[in-house]
Amino acid sequence: MDVSALIGGMMIGLSAAVLWVFNGRIAGISGMVSSLGDDQPPQYLPFLLGLIGTGWVISLVTVTPEPLTNGWPMALLSGALVGLGTFLANGCTSGHAVCGISRLSVRSITSTVVFMLVAGITVYAKAL
Amino acid sequence: MKTIVSLFSGVLFALGLSISGMTDPAKVTGFLDVTGAWDPSLIWVMVGAIAVFSSAFWGYKKSRPILAPTFNGPRSGMNVDGRLVAGSAIFGLGWGLSGICPGPALVNAASGGSIYLVFAVSMAVTLVVARRVSQISATRRGSDDVKLA
Repeated sequence: MDVSALIGGMMIGLSAAVLWVFNGRIAGISGMVSSLGDDQPPQYLPFLLGLIGTGWVISLVTVTPEPLTNGWPMALLSGALVGLGTFLANGCTSGHAVCGISRLSVRSITSTVVFMLVAGITVYAKAL
Repeated sequence: MKTIVSLFSGVLFALGLSISGMTDPAKVTGFLDVTGAWDPSLIWVMVGAIAVFSSAFWGYKKSRPILAPTFNGPRSGMNVDGRLVAGSAIFGLGWGLSGICPGPALVNAASGGSIYLVFAVSMAVTLVVARRVSQISATRRGSDDVKLA
């Protein structure tokens, strides 16, 4: 068992639990980001500021993990694919794989199986 | 108070992502590389996160959240459709290529690394634009319906 993975996972679960029980909202990162362009005041701004601000603090105390590539065209392309895909699927790893599976949502379970499978095939194909 | 809870939740989420290894693209692709040198450790991230969130989700019995009038969960009654499957596949492709999903994209972008910044901005702009376009086209369809009626 990987203890740091388990503890980190439990913190992610606790974060989502707090947001649900107190504010009645699902911790889905892609949905929060997509709502930033809405007309009504963005509900999720404090969450995103906490996430990004903490990312900045983390970068001061630890080394940021290396990206897979230093090529910005690949970063641009894969970022756009992640954005478009999670918009169409209405969720990502947090909204579907953590919150959705916990809620026993058939849509989320389907989504998680599909994106894990395609991501696995992509990693395999890249190594060929 | 809702704002403080939301901020705290975001801080906790970022710490969880970082401690668990989800912000390390090499570790993520190691987890996805089932046929190669598979590193299964990230399965414990899902185990931990689902164990805690499902306990709260199914354990909290009140009809409303503590600080808000109603629960604002995903719309019910939506079925598995082509859009969900296609979107999940496109997301999987981008995730497999980069080893980065939306949460870690924002956490790593905050470190100022240019590759992560390019990724996060590309992702965020795509998400916001895609949503705006779909809202506008839905409104147009709506007004056409009104005219026809």
